[in-house]
Amino acid sequence: MQVLPVDHLEKIEGWGGAVSSFGYVYRPATIEGIKEIFQLARDTGRKVTFRGSGRSYGDASTGAEHLVLDLSRMNRITGWDPHSGIITMEPGVTIEQLWEYIIEDGWWPPVVPGTMYPTIGGCLGMNIHGKNNFKAGPIGEHVLAFDMLFPNGETKHVTRENDPEIFYSAISSFGMLGCFTSITMQMKKVYSGVMNVHAYTSKDLHDLFTCFEDYLSGSDYLVGWVDCFPSGKHFGRAIIHQANYLNEGEDHFPSQTLQVKNQLLPDTILGIIPKSVVWVLMRPFSNNIGMRCINALRMLATKLPIIGKASYTQSHAEFAFLLDYVPGWKKSYGRGGLIQYQSFIPKEHAETVFRKQIELSQQCGIIPFLGVFKRHRPDKFLITHAVDGYSLALDYKVTNRNREKLWELCYKMNDVVLEAGGRFYFAKDATLRASDFQAFLGEETIVKLESLKHRFDPENLLQTDLSRRLMREQQ
Amino acid sequence: MQKKWKHAIVVGASQGIGEALVLELARGGVSVGLVSRNPDAMKQVISKAESLAASANPKPQTPNPTFISFVHDVTNYAEAPALFQEITRQLGGLDLIIYNAGIMPEVKLDEFDFAKDKSIIDVNVLGAMSWLNEAAKRFRAAGSGTIAGISSIAGERGRRGMPAYIASKSALSAYLESLRNRLSQHGVKVVTIKPGVIDTEMAKNSPLKLWIYSPEKAAHEIIRAARRGTTVKYVPWKWRLVSFVLHTTPSFIFRRLPI
Repeated sequence: MQVLPVDHLEKIEGWGGAVSSFGYVYRPATIEGIKEIFQLARDTGRKVTFRGSGRSYGDASTGAEHLVLDLSRMNRITGWDPHSGIITMEPGVTIEQLWEYIIEDGWWPPVVPGTMYPTIGGCLGMNIHGKNNFKAGPIGEHVLAFDMLFPNGETKHVTRENDPEIFYSAISSFGMLGCFTSITMQMKKVYSGVMNVHAYTSKDLHDLFTCFEDYLSGSDYLVGWVDCFPSGKHFGRAIIHQANYLNEGEDHFPSQTLQVKNQLLPDTILGIIPKSVVWVLMRPFSNNIGMRCINALRMLATKLPIIGKASYTQSHAEFAFLLDYVPGWKKSYGRGGLIQYQSFIPKEHAETVFRKQIELSQQCGIIPFLGVFKRHRPDKFLITHAVDGYSLALDYKVTNRNREKLWELCYKMNDVVLEAGGRFYFAKDATLRASDFQAFLGEETIVKLESLKHRFDPENLLQTDLSRRLMREQQ
Repeated sequence: MQKKWKHAIVVGASQGIGEALVLELARGGVSVGLVSRNPDAMKQVISKAESLAASANPKPQTPNPTFISFVHDVTNYAEAPALFQEITRQLGGLDLIIYNAGIMPEVKLDEFDFAKDKSIIDVNVLGAMSWLNEAAKRFRAAGSGTIAGISSIAGERGRRGMPAYIASKSALSAYLESLRNRLSQHGVKVVTIKPGVIDTEMAKNSPLKLWIYSPEKAAHEIIRAARRGTTVKYVPWKWRLVSFVLHTTPSFIFRRLPI
């Protein structure tokens, strides 16, 4: 049997750093290169795992001993029409590349995650959402067409009209069916480089839901930052950020605000601390006491007259990419890394479920350092995570000591989510069990995914550590 | 942070210390690729390991470790690279490799048999190099991993009995030390194990019957040393004192000793 060159062996981590494995990484820049890797996998009896920027928190882009197909070098923008806002690109183009390319023409990606580094291919595989999910849906809804190379050698040009089955399955199926080789998307017209942002506070979890319902219709973006530490009357208190695009004519200097240099995130925090060292300063606070204080100070700051100003303008990049403010912030979590537990709950049960999740966390002493609260709407994609309801994303620090207990906590929370008809999101997941996967997607969806996989990937070549953990045909 | 071992290879895993090592790893929930010439013996070791691992697993929802056997003669050096990679593929990774294969045929005091001596070197030294070089390449690229080689107290000084065996263990110890010096800067641990007399089939040929130790106790200490990344581990520790005496005894006295 062919021996693989050991210099391709790399440690591949989920972005959270809590899960990792070793894989043989190949970075082709062409479609031919991808086909060669498929053939190499057949020759060496190995599986293929797709990876973009590796920004999935868990094991969605890792594959133990697999050929890891890193597509970040396939990053050319092949077509752009600044009049219609239609862009065509390769899958390795990052959100950063995309917005920097289009913004000066007055366009912005219609859906972006909290960081600008994921690739478009990865975003489509996971069908990511942003803080405007309740209004704009997931990223897949803005795709006009894509080309896909399947492991069986077939290539297809797919649009919503010519092949709805593949369109709604390939987007969202976490890299299980084939490789996007070209993606055409519709961008969103913007008339200014800034947005109007309003900050509100909610005094407890119930108030957070009430505020969201009140603000939702008047918001383009809406997100809540939940402090999970307090119990009692401040349980679930949060800061809410609402952002709205400016209408045409509101910004008198759009060509200036739309310049990339006026979008960029600041180099320093508070004007003096270089961003590159901030994670080191955060490290001593990366524990329950420290984070309890930081969360309390953030809540307090919103009440101060200047720092806590309630209305201001922010550039698109500043508002959208909060996770990129502090480079390497995850390192402040220590070597065990972090996991993010995000569940999506129908609106009728969301408050009960989120209350239970935070209570369970507090009871076992593993309290999320941050909770992010968003509103969602259902979509038509095969592996959809969205519901007509809410999601809460909880960041947990992982240590050698708490790891087992934390996984147990997640199992308990899974049960609560499933009981309420909730859903999960593979871009974040690291803790689901195969039975949870089965219960959340349902037999019909799983059979459909399996039958598509049999058709386009009959050798079951495309696998990840996540799919091997969850899918019955890969265990 | 020392992450928990998940995958290991034991070369020479069908009996004696090798068998005990597999069982010790099984108790710790580590999946093991067993390499040996003897498929039947490996089958028995695997069935023991599986039942041990199942009873040692505290949580029924976490999967039990797997044990896979690979029939291989370590003197087929050309087979090692592909087989090594196949084992890591089937295991899903590699954190530890233990080279335990070794032979110690009976050698009389007036016997100078080249074929026999070569066979000892082939298994004890060249076999180790063919496997551990593969592991070294992988761990160096990966930036982590543990290599353990089962050398022997016999390699400390050139005694009268079994010159080739002594030379082989001496060579193995030097090779492991060299690997350690090459790889420690890349995050790889290399552990030299120097057992004394362990109560195994092989030790029956040993003229020395001092401080006989059970394979189970030896395996426990070996795994503990490998976890800690101990550079040289004498099993049991008392042999370190003997080693000191052996090393400090001048040659004109040493050659007169009846050992």
